[in-house]
Amino acid sequence: MEHISFLVAVVIITALAFDFTNGFHDTANAMATSIATGALRPKIAVTIAAVLNFAGAFLSVKVATTISGGIVNEKAGIHPSIIFAALVGAILWNLLTWLRGLPSSSSHALYGGLIGATIVGVGFNGVNFNTVVTKILIPAVASPIVAGLAAWGATKLAYAITRRGNEKTTTKAFKTGQIASSSLISLAHGTNDAQKTMGIITLTLVSVGALPKGALPPTWVIVGAGAAIALGTYMGGWRIIRSMGKGLADIQPPQGFSSETAAAAVILTSSHMGYGLSTTQVCSGGIMGAGLGGPKRELNWSMARRMVYTWGLTLPAAATVAGLAAFVADQGTWGVVVVGAALVAGSGAMYLVSRRQPVHAGNVHDTAAVEVTPVPTPPATAPVTAPADATIAA
Amino acid sequence: MNIKWNALAQTAGISFGITVAVVTVFALGILALSRREAVLEAAGGTGSGGTGRANAALAGATVCFAACAAVVVYGLSLIAG
Repeated sequence: MEHISFLVAVVIITALAFDFTNGFHDTANAMATSIATGALRPKIAVTIAAVLNFAGAFLSVKVATTISGGIVNEKAGIHPSIIFAALVGAILWNLLTWLRGLPSSSSHALYGGLIGATIVGVGFNGVNFNTVVTKILIPAVASPIVAGLAAWGATKLAYAITRRGNEKTTTKAFKTGQIASSSLISLAHGTNDAQKTMGIITLTLVSVGALPKGALPPTWVIVGAGAAIALGTYMGGWRIIRSMGKGLADIQPPQGFSSETAAAAVILTSSHMGYGLSTTQVCSGGIMGAGLGGPKRELNWSMARRMVYTWGLTLPAAATVAGLAAFVADQGTWGVVVVGAALVAGSGAMYLVSRRQPVHAGNVHDTAAVEVTPVPTPPATAPVTAPADATIAA
Repeated sequence: MNIKWNALAQTAGISFGITVAVVTVFALGILALSRREAVLEAAGGTGSGGTGRANAALAGATVCFAACAAVVVYGLSLIAG
């Protein structure tokens, strides 16, 4: 019993830690283009995103009664050490991609972690590969393309319609529209992703008999998950915000509004239809489409390629790390301690490496690519502008 | 394996349609606002000659932005649903 409660405590803490990384990894989805076009000042943007993510956590607990939406067979013996291993794989992948400034899907990292840990801990029969293909892989390929096409078409129309309008009025109005569209994405993100953490904690408590079967998340779980994702969002994954806001194209207000509207439409429609969507991929696809649809028809293809490779790697990489972690954690308490120590050490190391080239609210508008390895940096796509808000760099 | 291409295509089509519709209506609203400013500016020296057209443009802009706001409210209801 003592072993169980130790493990449950570790799972809850790790789940909240994952929720935190999910928050700061995904701030960019909603806010990168609003920050890039100047619709919102960086600190204001992350504050709005954090508040809306927190509020979103309270809007619905509909999907919080499942960990995975049917991807792994939760009745086939998913025990806390498997969930712990899955979270470790997801967190480490999230941090590695953040370090490199690449937007990758936190949901895919979590699903990959669950799949890897389940294969090692339960066997291949614990994973519903049919669901993996229909609910994750196909939407993962389709959704960024749909968002990209929609953003491309919308950008063309936005420029065509407002061509003869007053430029100052147009810019100001599109910026105002961006505040609404990016807020909607933030709220949807909080609702979707905070629920995943609630589901993990709730089902862990159910699995050890601390809650009755089929119980809804207790209030402290909802508050905890909402607070963790909001805090993570407020920290702002500035490296990823820079990549998405400045690294793909020089986004102007009509493009920002089009890409955010496309992302919000795809996210809300597909979650309504029951697809396990990736907010990150949808938003990145929208930005790429808006870049190509704009008057300059520009897209930094090398950055786009790096993002797509990362998306492809997310599931297998998180699965591999989680599988390894599941094998070690299954050895008993010492195994859990070893995996926990590895998680803390790995996270700490990546944080230290990130300090070599810090990105924060004050220099988020610079266009230099985040590069932590001694590879020559690719040429900037747009003239480097002096950060107008250098004063708020704390 | 049973892939529901139909549902997938539907989701893609609806997303595309909503995006283009919202951005088009919003852009039309902005255009109407610009028109209003242009009319007011032109009428600036000659008294209230352009107020009728300016008010019509403002009404048009209001309708456009209200339509966009309605879509946002529907989106909120989907999030909470």
